[in-house]
Amino acid sequence: MTRYTSATPDDRAEMLAAIGVESTADLFAQIPEPLRLGRPLALPAGMGEAEVYERLAALAARNADCEEQVCFLGAGMYDHYVPAIVDAITQRSEFLTPYTPYQPEISQGGLQAMFEFQTAMSELTALPVSNAGLYEGPSSVASAAYLALGATKDRRRFVVSRGVHPHSRETLATYSAGFGTEIEEVGLEGGVTDAAALAEAVDGETAAVFLQSPNFLGAIEDVEMLGAVAKQHGALLIVAVDPMTLGVLRPPGECGADIALGEGQPLGNRLDFGGPSFGFFCGSEELIRKMPGRIAGETDDADGRRGFVLALQTREQHIRREKATHNICTAQALNALAATIHLAWLGRKGFRELGELLVRRTAYARDRLAAVQGVELLHDAPVAREFALRLDAPVDRVLDRCAERGIAAGYPLGREYSEYEDGLLVAITERRTREQIDALVDALGAAVAAEAVTV
Amino acid sequence: MNQQDEQVLTIFEKSKPGRRAAVLPAAEVPEPPLEELIPAKLLREQPPRLPEVAEPEIVRHYNRLSRRNFDLDTGFYPLGSCTMKHNPRLNERVAALPGHARLHPAQDPKRAQGALELMWLLQESLAEICGLPHVSLQPSAGSHGELAGLLLTRAFHADRGEARTKVLAPDTSHGTNPASVTMAGYEIVKVATDERGGVEIDDLRAKVDDEVACLMLTNPNTLGLFDENIAEMAAMIHAVGGTLYYDGANLNAVMGQSRPGDMGFDIVHVNLHKSFSQPHGGGGPGAGPIAVSDRIEPFLPRPQVVRRESGNGSGPNYDLDHDRPKSIGRLRGFQGNFGVFVRSYAYILSLGADGLAEASETAVLNANYLKARLAEGRAGRYTPVAFDRHCMHEFVLSGKPMKKELGIATLDLAKRLLDFDFHPPTVYFPLLVEEALMIEPTETETKESLDAFTEAIEQILAEAEVDPEKAKQAPYTTPVRRLDEVKATRKPVVRQPLG
Amino acid sequence: MADASYPEDLLYHDQHDWARLEGDDHAVFGITWYAQDSLGEVVFYDPPEVGAAIDKDSSYAEVESVKAVSDVIAPMSGEIVEVNDALADAPERINEDPYGGGWLVKVRLTAAAEAEALLGADEYRKLLENS
Repeated sequence: MTRYTSATPDDRAEMLAAIGVESTADLFAQIPEPLRLGRPLALPAGMGEAEVYERLAALAARNADCEEQVCFLGAGMYDHYVPAIVDAITQRSEFLTPYTPYQPEISQGGLQAMFEFQTAMSELTALPVSNAGLYEGPSSVASAAYLALGATKDRRRFVVSRGVHPHSRETLATYSAGFGTEIEEVGLEGGVTDAAALAEAVDGETAAVFLQSPNFLGAIEDVEMLGAVAKQHGALLIVAVDPMTLGVLRPPGECGADIALGEGQPLGNRLDFGGPSFGFFCGSEELIRKMPGRIAGETDDADGRRGFVLALQTREQHIRREKATHNICTAQALNALAATIHLAWLGRKGFRELGELLVRRTAYARDRLAAVQGVELLHDAPVAREFALRLDAPVDRVLDRCAERGIAAGYPLGREYSEYEDGLLVAITERRTREQIDALVDALGAAVAAEAVTV
Repeated sequence: MNQQDEQVLTIFEKSKPGRRAAVLPAAEVPEPPLEELIPAKLLREQPPRLPEVAEPEIVRHYNRLSRRNFDLDTGFYPLGSCTMKHNPRLNERVAALPGHARLHPAQDPKRAQGALELMWLLQESLAEICGLPHVSLQPSAGSHGELAGLLLTRAFHADRGEARTKVLAPDTSHGTNPASVTMAGYEIVKVATDERGGVEIDDLRAKVDDEVACLMLTNPNTLGLFDENIAEMAAMIHAVGGTLYYDGANLNAVMGQSRPGDMGFDIVHVNLHKSFSQPHGGGGPGAGPIAVSDRIEPFLPRPQVVRRESGNGSGPNYDLDHDRPKSIGRLRGFQGNFGVFVRSYAYILSLGADGLAEASETAVLNANYLKARLAEGRAGRYTPVAFDRHCMHEFVLSGKPMKKELGIATLDLAKRLLDFDFHPPTVYFPLLVEEALMIEPTETETKESLDAFTEAIEQILAEAEVDPEKAKQAPYTTPVRRLDEVKATRKPVVRQPLG
Repeated sequence: MADASYPEDLLYHDQHDWARLEGDDHAVFGITWYAQDSLGEVVFYDPPEVGAAIDKDSSYAEVESVKAVSDVIAPMSGEIVEVNDALADAPERINEDPYGGGWLVKVRLTAAAEAEALLGADEYRKLLENS
């Protein structure tokens, strides 16, 4: 059975004759006999398309997706509405199937799309230079750390707020084993980074300071105030941000950030159980030659036509090899395109309005939930679209009860924050209607009441 | 209209105040001014200057833009080491099922059993194909897998109380290999290639010592040749206690024929966007899962997808195991590029054991056929094959005679190919071969497609014999002609200036 | 510079760098016509710091074209006393005038005898022909 191949017995005969061998086995003779598998792979035989579809559909049916359960889960990825034009455009062969644009003359579509993406992300973060994207949020934090090492030469320490996403902090620790660097974590006070502790932690050995805003508990950080200490000691200020909040929150570029980055999924991308999405990465002009990843640049062709190319390629692995600014090759170009289309669809006014909508619905949800018996706010710092609660009942059991009612009530904080064992993170998107929020309030209240430890 | 005459405007330049596409839902909740909810100093004054355009304009803009791309669904893409094989649309259909597409990554594992089972099944399939039992799907691309492999190596040595400093890789290795080596905190040491195109064994022997943490290889190598000394090389690195890493970029040559685990590799990364049909998307997304041996397993990233028998007769249960004390930790958020796993798993189910073996067999057949055709006529004379023996799934030609006798470089040949509606092969890699052209047709090309490519090369060379300027000024028919990359790099313009 | 040229009054290193001796203990270094021709149009040059020590046969800087990066090798050892700052805005001078306006660094030599190991113009030309 051939699948997607076309060589008929006649084709094969002709090809073998042209090559000058009897059979394809002769071509595999270069593999020494002991290394030949010599048996079929222990996998099922190939199936027809309809059967494969049924198998995959059966697997999909065993997942409680956002159509089955109203989703208040966030923690970096959110159930936003992605307009239909995103799929229509990204599923086009011309965007879906080409390779990286190494031949720019026939890749102007992809290169211009990157240029538009870079412009959009630069606008959102208020930093002048954006790359064309990295894999996703947490590994982008580690990539920024690598840049900071290159930019600050002999410094070997990173100072990281505990408000930074736990996945980002863990990923940074993993990469740090290779960098040979130390990480010092600064705790939270009242839901935001402890400013005094931060000031104490940063010194002349610090390569970079990492903050996140809104932080993992949903609290908006005063990045400008906190970041000043990084400037004082010549450390880079690296800020992870939620792109959907950048229509209403002060952008990191206006708060002194040297690098702004983050998880791009909310822009144009599906949840997809965690990926593929993309990481955005923006920086100051001075850092352009140290940036990781592809960067599209504008130029002219031989006849003076406007065009786009991959710029500053000598930073990259295919030229710079062991001295490259990063090892990245394949990134997430199609996902970045999805983001650009979504941002164009929202537009200048719509993006701002969406941010306002998120803030207001979040305020409503937070107020209503804080008033529920057995539920209180974990912190009262200002929030944008996500907030943390404390429950007077085991969080896992409460979540199970809510699930029975068709609601994924939130992200249990105790997993990564042992100090908030009774904590729950609730996220709001524009898809979470007032009715759904009211239902969450009822469900959570009922669940906490049912599971509350009687004193 | 000729695309060359099209006025190039970005979506920002099509903006007109007052236009919009999105209609957002009504608030339905109280709408106080934002300053009442968030202190003014934390608020943004001026919104980002996103374009103001209506939906039909957006669609038209990106549709027109898309037509300024050459793509695999439209034409031949013989890029060496990229494995540009057909991207089945079935895979897109199943990836879009809401149970996959609208599943939150932090959903409770007991309510994501279908997803976790899919990941486990993919892991098992890759383990069988690679011949290594333990798989992590976390890495998001080949490079990410390479970094993972090197960090695993580091953890492996540290666990034995050792801190080694060097990693060996052939001079023909893909640029990501040395770049990953540096990111993992090692020093790269290059190993020479011999006249047969394999690793120079004596040079390797001289360089393998107990400071060497790892040897990174790909087999077949970037010249498309299977290195028959692999068993000896594996023995050499294992004798000094180092790990052997396999860059899976060339796996398409050996699926169902030979397995890196059986060749002696400890750690393998697989590019799902190469051998396993994930569309390239113009530069991603992809995925770079890793398969490892028993001795490396304890260090695998966290979390791992595991399968547990439930014991109460209700069938197996799938979970994310975070309890891994020796793990190197996380490489990224959540569990990886799940959407890519869905597509690759569908591909593996579609092909099955028989189809995967046949894919490799046909890939090798197609490559050798194309190589034989290009050994004839002018191609044989001006762009001879660099290593004259049977290749596997790809082969490398050298444009050195072409440059010397016709005065056109590999770059010029590549640019002229664009006018013939072919994507050129990979050029100037590997660095070992002068004026290199690395050609990988893959198994999904028809014989007619390979013949047409051969004819195009022949025609271009015949043309160059008479008029070399033609290739030197090519391309002529593409949306833009050769671009001024010097200007782009000297004074980079990497975003649209706005106001 | 369109045509290959290798001035007689310079000394050459086999990694395609030149040295012009000035007095007993100073020299100016740069890259040869062959080096800039192989590189293509230079787009970026990151000069080393004044005061930095450089070692014979080691890299002391990098020159970048669009598609390649080249290590610049020191023909002799010394301490950098001057760098050609004009190249920051006009790196193309390295192509246009590799022996004049495209000079890279001026060095106070620490081992003048190292000049003996370098090649004369004829020897360097021969080296190029044979490669």
